[in-house]
Amino acid sequence: MRRIGVFICWCGANIAGTVDIEKVVEESKKIPGVAYAGEYRYMCSEIGQDMIRDTIIEQNLDRVVVAACSPRMHEPTFRRAAESAGLNPYLVQMANIREHCSWVHKDEEEATRKAVALVRTAVAKASRSVELFSQEIPVERRALVLGGGIAGIQAALDIADAGYEVDLVEKSPTIGGRMAQLDKTFPTLDCSACILTPKMVDASSHPNINLFTWSEVEQVEGYVGNFTVTIRKKARFVDEEKCTGCGDCFEKCPSKVDSEFDEGLVQRKAIYVPFPQAVPNVPVIDKENCRWFVKEKCRVCEKVCEAEAVDLEQEDELLEKRYGAVVVATGFDVLGLEEFGEFNYGKHPDIITSLEFERLVNASGPTGGKLLRPSNQEPPRNVVFVQCVGSRDKSRGKPYCSKICCMYTAKHTVLLKEKYPQSQAYVFYIDVRTGGKDFEEFHRRAVEENDAIYLRGQVGKVFPEGDKLLVEGVDSLSGKTVQIEADMVVLAAAMVPRTDAPEIARLLTLGTDAHSFFTEAHPKLRPVETHSAGVFLAGACQGPKDIPEAVAQASGSASKALGILSKETLLSDPCVSKVDESLCTGCLMCIDVCPYHAITEKTIEEKVHGEVVKRVVAEVNEAVCQGCGACSVACRPGAMNVKGFSNEQILAEVDAVCL
Amino acid sequence: MRYSYYPGCTLKTSAAVLEESALNAAKALGIELVEQEEWQCCGAVFPLATDEIASFLSSVRSLDAARSAGEKLVTICAACHHVIKRANHVIQSDGEVRDKVNNYLELDNYYSGQGEAIHYLEMLRDDLGFDKLAEQVKEPLTGRKIAAYYGCLLLRPAKVMQFDDAEDPSIMEDYLSALGATPVEYPYRTECCGVYLSVNNEEIAAGMVKKIINSARRSGAEAIVNACPLCHYNLLELQDKTPQGEPVLPVYYFTELLEEALGVKREVEEKTR
Repeated sequence: MRRIGVFICWCGANIAGTVDIEKVVEESKKIPGVAYAGEYRYMCSEIGQDMIRDTIIEQNLDRVVVAACSPRMHEPTFRRAAESAGLNPYLVQMANIREHCSWVHKDEEEATRKAVALVRTAVAKASRSVELFSQEIPVERRALVLGGGIAGIQAALDIADAGYEVDLVEKSPTIGGRMAQLDKTFPTLDCSACILTPKMVDASSHPNINLFTWSEVEQVEGYVGNFTVTIRKKARFVDEEKCTGCGDCFEKCPSKVDSEFDEGLVQRKAIYVPFPQAVPNVPVIDKENCRWFVKEKCRVCEKVCEAEAVDLEQEDELLEKRYGAVVVATGFDVLGLEEFGEFNYGKHPDIITSLEFERLVNASGPTGGKLLRPSNQEPPRNVVFVQCVGSRDKSRGKPYCSKICCMYTAKHTVLLKEKYPQSQAYVFYIDVRTGGKDFEEFHRRAVEENDAIYLRGQVGKVFPEGDKLLVEGVDSLSGKTVQIEADMVVLAAAMVPRTDAPEIARLLTLGTDAHSFFTEAHPKLRPVETHSAGVFLAGACQGPKDIPEAVAQASGSASKALGILSKETLLSDPCVSKVDESLCTGCLMCIDVCPYHAITEKTIEEKVHGEVVKRVVAEVNEAVCQGCGACSVACRPGAMNVKGFSNEQILAEVDAVCL
Repeated sequence: MRYSYYPGCTLKTSAAVLEESALNAAKALGIELVEQEEWQCCGAVFPLATDEIASFLSSVRSLDAARSAGEKLVTICAACHHVIKRANHVIQSDGEVRDKVNNYLELDNYYSGQGEAIHYLEMLRDDLGFDKLAEQVKEPLTGRKIAAYYGCLLLRPAKVMQFDDAEDPSIMEDYLSALGATPVEYPYRTECCGVYLSVNNEEIAAGMVKKIINSARRSGAEAIVNACPLCHYNLLELQDKTPQGEPVLPVYYFTELLEEALGVKREVEEKTR
């Protein structure tokens, strides 16, 4: 007979308010195998933990059930308490009588009956639990950072400064990301490039950071502490060692195409450096638009390059690298506005997105920082800013708030007024949301000192009328429709994840929400971790964010990654799948359902009636397995069991709850 | 090509010219539009009350009859099309209404929204194809600057009607191009015509019509086409008149130009327009 101890927690009034604790204690004592049942006001307190430890020793308990909160909260606490009494920590079982019971019921009798059933269930499971032991896994003490925007740069610098090697992989030809495109930053109006470029240079010159720009991750294998990653270093067609950055090649290049960095407002060449401060300052040839690659004519860049750095025969390189931890910082895109025909975006040059406005006011932008109407290169007088274009819009756009638009639009109105004191800004908004340090003050400055006119309402139509744009909207506070003759209309389009986010999620087995933002492990208490151990999130790939938040999250991710890299070995969670080879039929359904690629097939030899027979069975890589249990569900002969959650244990729970 | 055809009341009375021209043009195109037997009024306005089923019955009868005949149901009047298409959507998506309507109608087969209602313009665009239509044009409307007016009933709600981009549609302009005309794009082509305000608050409706007409004229239009008897009435009756009492901008049903382009134009008495 087992000697199981049941410890019931009041959680102050959280549980005791709706559950009759005395009754639960009494009923628990009647369950076969229960040698002891007791209660305490706060079982997680030091006194409560001591009580568990002492009782295990005094009563000679061999299994423990703690009826308290969710195991997500305090399972580790109680496991430690049991361990201090010499019990294997995996012999502790929790019954969640708070979130699953007292918090969701009002009727005491009903709640008490359910609490008893939950205890009975946990006892049934505990009596079938076995000792489990963690394994030590060696750690590859290098980190991969995916994405070279401000979040990725910050994470890489933090990890590198702590003394570990980092590979920073960036898809585009330069690091810098979205922040490099911005003009000033709110609420201080620091010049974005002035604060960013030193960090870009730091990242490129740091002895612990290896930059892989114009590169993409192609394959990820392995698990926390031991990832093996294949990186495709796309052919740049320019030798990074030989190139002097003189710029002759793109001066002479005859092919022009819309500049991504300038949001299509101007054109770049087919061989190009995205912007003057690019890091590395080495051009790249865009194969799709290069005359040589399209028509096999030209090679002008090769001819003019005195350093002989242009190498049109260069090929993509595949690099295989090993890492202990990965930080994902792939950033955001701006929502396409095809669905929003009323704004006529794309049909008139003076109807632009906020990101295009950033380029138009930026000193390194197409107009050298003179804010001019793209249609006629004249200064604008009336500028209409439209907020929430695609944000907070369930029917055509995204239901969420993009968070940064209220602030950058306030900034745009201030910049407009600085450049043209005679100008007038109009802002159509749904709500103004300025939660953040010094944010509200900045917004008031836009309204009070810069006379921006804020109109609470939405715009129904924008169309050209003569050389102006007519904006028709509604001011819901006065209830009147408004018509404004504007010189320029700026649309605050919603923030969305990069289009390849689902692909990245697949490579790294990350969860995503309905909009393809990566999902954190817990929205409050594990905001930078993911459900894939060893993979962390930073910046807007996880949700709309401003610069300080992205940087803070990046440092958070870096410190989490360092938590792994600073150890020589990691302890694995023993609650992983195990194959009973005697039952396994080798159907290998488990391989298909495993989201972590933790299962492989292997051939075993058996003696059957004196003969040696070979057959195929499944094999679990315990270090990769996350214990999700999908294989166990798919396994027809019941050969797959998650340790700590075996089929036998689960069925015993079901039997017990049905009593 | 053969279709079940649902005319609706207005096409038999004040908008007779819409039906006559549509059927005449269809004949010229070799399209057979077979008028449904014993069709009933669609109800004219899509009912927003969620607890009544009576206003769906007529639509469902017609949809089911077309389905039984193995044909798509073609409509010409924008209002009828709107009601029938939306009723079909309710039947497809609301199990309770679906059951009640079926119980009431006692059809031979349970109707769960399998029928397909398409507008005449959709028939031309999706089934015939505007490119094929263009091939059949005998007297192209070359040089004619025509403004298309959409109104709301064909376009909205966009997710249900699935007619075209509600904010930036192009089906009528593409249609006009197929007829050889020069479509005039103007900002107010999707604005509201004032609908029934012309009955009880004509001033407001007239203001709205004026915006549309002026916008089309400023963009260089010499005529305006539409697909809705109510829009047609408002645009024609509420716009400014010349000293001779003529409308400043002629208003046509889209099918009238089709007849003309196909070379089968009939003599129409002015008052039926």
